[in-house]
Amino acid sequence: MARLTSLAEAISENVNDGDTIALEGFTHLIPYAAGHELIRQGKKDLFLIRMTPDILYDQLIGTGAARGMKFSWGGNPGVGSLHRFRDAVENQWPRPLEIEEHSHAAMANAYEAGAANLPFAMLRGYIGADLPKVNPNIKQVTCPFTGEVLAAVPAIRPDVTIIHALRADRKGNVLLEGIVGVQKEAVLGAKRSIVTVEEIVDELNPPSPNSVVLPSWAVTAVVEVPGGAFPSYAQGYYARSNAFYIAWDEIARDRDTFQKWIEENVMRAGPEDFAKHAKKAA
Amino acid sequence: MSDFTPTEMMTIAAARALTNDDVCFVGIGAPSAACNVARLTHAPDITLIYESGTVGTKPDVLPLSIGDGELCETALFTVSVPEMFRYWLQGGRVTTGFLGGAQIDRFANLNTTVVGDYEHPKVRLPGGGGAPEIASNCGQIFITMALSKRGFVDKLNFITSMGHGEGGNHRERLGMRTKGPTRVITDLCILEPDPVTKELTVVSIHQGVTREQITENCGWPIKFADQVIDTPVPTATELQTLRDINARTKKAHQGDKEAA
Repeated sequence: MARLTSLAEAISENVNDGDTIALEGFTHLIPYAAGHELIRQGKKDLFLIRMTPDILYDQLIGTGAARGMKFSWGGNPGVGSLHRFRDAVENQWPRPLEIEEHSHAAMANAYEAGAANLPFAMLRGYIGADLPKVNPNIKQVTCPFTGEVLAAVPAIRPDVTIIHALRADRKGNVLLEGIVGVQKEAVLGAKRSIVTVEEIVDELNPPSPNSVVLPSWAVTAVVEVPGGAFPSYAQGYYARSNAFYIAWDEIARDRDTFQKWIEENVMRAGPEDFAKHAKKAA
Repeated sequence: MSDFTPTEMMTIAAARALTNDDVCFVGIGAPSAACNVARLTHAPDITLIYESGTVGTKPDVLPLSIGDGELCETALFTVSVPEMFRYWLQGGRVTTGFLGGAQIDRFANLNTTVVGDYEHPKVRLPGGGGAPEIASNCGQIFITMALSKRGFVDKLNFITSMGHGEGGNHRERLGMRTKGPTRVITDLCILEPDPVTKELTVVSIHQGVTREQITENCGWPIKFADQVIDTPVPTATELQTLRDINARTKKAHQGDKEAA
């Protein structure tokens, strides 16, 4: 059964230095508050997994929390570069970053294989592309029935997966709606999982029998953090702050302004500071 | 209508490539604008799909990301990302993929990964995202990007997504049954692959643009088809539709500035 706890406890109990860790959410429901808690607690040598690193991994990389990253698209969507990610890859600042790069299709398949307890995923992918030349984790497998050669990638099995969801009930059952990305697969494929939610309610009342529900017994810890996905969004609660995504370009471009932003908005802040974003759109 | 910018011409020419029957996988940025102009003008029933899992979406403002809430709220339905890539894209249900890119070569291969050496890049670009499999699994591919020497290069440092590879029947030799890139729409002209060599060739030139301008802005000695037509200028409706959606988009994206 999931433990309903505080964010500080959930992170300190479940995340160890050196862990392989996935913080998922495909544009929607990105677990920012939890990511900031990782930075505040000084977690280090993390190997980060995420399809779209987004601003959140720019922050983790820029503070030196990561030794490596597995990803498929590392930009600020619709805006441009992730400057801290680029600085790490191009100039090894603040430390070198080992990268394992895939396509979205491969990452999505690899998460699904992890959830299905399989060792690898296969897809009709990477045809004529150069990534297999630079990523030894992209291999080939031959179909035993047709002889077709397909791409194979290892299943994603994180030590810890962290996601943000809409709500949970008091037993720790969790509901996701809207763009649900790979969060279900990422949680089911992980050894431990932390879910932050907009609110904890008496009755979950899933809107449909086919709703995406993660039962309490498949989750390690549940934490109520209203606004915890800002500046991404929570469908039905608050909208994506595209203005913040645009503003991040200037903040992250320069090492000093980035460090100042982290000091003010992460190190001297807490999960409760996210609540103002939840209220804004209510 | 003669008062329009090259970028407006590019977006409208790209929109015209789409039909009402298309099921289109939409890349972010310029492709997204083109696809929605098509939907709001001549192709009202087009199915637009974004890789976030939103199918049949009808956004009122252009999304900044491929997963803005607007896309989900206006979609016919939304699926998980594994389902998106496995059942719908790899399953062969998508007729057209619409991509942009940082760099392209004469065979319409795209680079969005690195400039320079992969291990020690001069510029680290975002990477492939959905593009490598969009390029191979969609029935055909349209590409839109501004024509410039930086973007249209003689040799790519990295092939993120294969277009026609080394040209000729390279796609077939690798087992692909899809057409690959069939049209590249720029701000100066429209290119299509030569039927045999698959080298991108100018087939249509936008109003006021000279052949010299096109040659000067391309990183390889660009060829012109035997018959080159004048791209029809934007109609009043096309231009108004594009300007309206851009204005709504700008307002919406800056509207939450205080919250930031």
